[in-house]
Amino acid sequence: MPLFRNIASMIALLPMIVISLTVFVGCIIYSFVYSLTNSKLVPVLNYVGFDQYERLFKQRKWDVAVENIFIYGFVFTIGCLVIGFLLAVLIDQKIRGESLFRTIFLYPYAMSFVVTGLVWKWVLNPTFGLENSMHMWGFGWFELDWLVNRDLAIYAVCIAAVWQGAGFVMVLMLAGLRGIDEDIWKSLSIEGVAKWKSYLFVILPMLRPMVVTAIVLIAAGVVKVYDLILALTSGGPGYATTTPAMYVMENFFSRANLGQAFAASIIMFISVVCILAPWAFYEFYLRNKYAAN
Amino acid sequence: MGILRILSKKQIRGKLMSAIPSGPRPKHLTIGRIGMYCFILVCAIFFLMPLYVMVITSLKDMDEIRAANILNLPKELSFYSWPKAWSQACTGFVCEGLKPGFFNSIKITVPSVIVSVGLSAINGYALAFWRFKGAYFFFGLCMFGAFIPYQVMVYPLLKIEDALGIYSTLPGIILVHTIFGMPILTLIFRNFYASLPIDLFKAARIDGGNFVKIFLYVIIPMSTPITIVAVILQVTGIWNDFLLGLVFAGRDNQPMTVQLNNIVQVDYGVAEYNVDMSATILTSLVPLFVYFISGRWFVRGIAAGAIKG
Repeated sequence: MPLFRNIASMIALLPMIVISLTVFVGCIIYSFVYSLTNSKLVPVLNYVGFDQYERLFKQRKWDVAVENIFIYGFVFTIGCLVIGFLLAVLIDQKIRGESLFRTIFLYPYAMSFVVTGLVWKWVLNPTFGLENSMHMWGFGWFELDWLVNRDLAIYAVCIAAVWQGAGFVMVLMLAGLRGIDEDIWKSLSIEGVAKWKSYLFVILPMLRPMVVTAIVLIAAGVVKVYDLILALTSGGPGYATTTPAMYVMENFFSRANLGQAFAASIIMFISVVCILAPWAFYEFYLRNKYAAN
Repeated sequence: MGILRILSKKQIRGKLMSAIPSGPRPKHLTIGRIGMYCFILVCAIFFLMPLYVMVITSLKDMDEIRAANILNLPKELSFYSWPKAWSQACTGFVCEGLKPGFFNSIKITVPSVIVSVGLSAINGYALAFWRFKGAYFFFGLCMFGAFIPYQVMVYPLLKIEDALGIYSTLPGIILVHTIFGMPILTLIFRNFYASLPIDLFKAARIDGGNFVKIFLYVIIPMSTPITIVAVILQVTGIWNDFLLGLVFAGRDNQPMTVQLNNIVQVDYGVAEYNVDMSATILTSLVPLFVYFISGRWFVRGIAAGAIKG
């Protein structure tokens, strides 16, 4: 009677099952259904087909948001991976004060996105910030007006984000580096392979699972970015640093344009699925298949 | 030893005879190694600079901030910005500083951490030892939830909470944190329990333990390390949350991060950067404290949450 044997387990898992179905699945269905309506201030079931999506794709602001998320996603992911990997390699060289450096590189990760945004807002302040410091030191040509520059503001967001996230990648990579067999290092040194070559062409490919995990986690976080930008630029100047998440929140809570918000959120959801699907396919299907052979 | 192999016997004899001072070999400080240290120091300066700026700005008065370099140490220490940020700074129309936010954050974080960690431990235990048909389907569904952007769920969830009558209340925000913490915590606990020796569980079964008894007397006493990891993950995560607190906590329970943002982004009046920075430091004190005292555990939490995510 397996059904009765595990009845306690079923009861224990009931909250998880209910939450998974109502919140995780239910909310997506709800959002999708209402994205097909012309709801404004309150959700009403007045179907208009894919009108909201059509309107969404015509919005200049949405275009900017999508463009920004691509720039941010690209720079942030690459920045975190490169700096994180470099730091992990350097820390792996049996340097002095290893734990001190590790602490320094990881502490931003403990901070809130809001804090990160506000600190960098002050550091990059065009009047009193780093630009001013450089001028005072006699570098009059130095320009760092990113926060008020429409084209560069999004890169200021990237810097703040990399500052916060690089330590996380470093920890992941360092765990991978420490797990590499001593014998591999021995054979590499007997072969006389230069150290940087060994890292780049032998060790890095061996760390692929770590790299993939890091990329997936970073990418999933990229789509969600909201508080950081709100604190750092509030989406400005103008709407130069707005992102899809901000677009959704604005339409929900300040513009009372629910239908648009639902449509935009569904697009966000679909893009996350597109990022995750190949990874999940690899992780849960291909790997099992190869493991079985 | 390397040297000995290369030199000829004659040379070795010569070396041995010439009474070279013995002792530890001097450390190799090659150009490469110096370059490496330089690079790592530059990185460390980049990572520390915002913290440094934050602290020294909070210790300057406004005149000095306007006149001097952002990177200069304060000429005169002024501490007035700290009490101001704590109890007088204005968030919109009220001027009570961050203090109410701090206590709200505690009121939100403590029960949320207890409920979410407890529930997820039970989930992990049930999934690891008491599998039933379909359990892993729902677990997969739950894990999928970890990757759904909050923006998709915020509004429908708000409607659900409204229907339950807990929207904009303390139980409402606690429920939200429990929901969004569940996927990753359940995964962590399940993986930990799955790594325990199964014979232990079998022995407990033979001794007549049931679902509740085995959990209470066998599993919980062994769960200390994973519980520490989960608590660290949740305390920092919930304390640092902004979006959920903004939407679900309601005006009376606004967490510290939301109030901090309100204080700094206030439009009217003269911006007081020293007060802003004091407020920023105050807000990050709790997670930084957790980070510095937990060190190794924090790293373990990241790894546990990330690997096999």
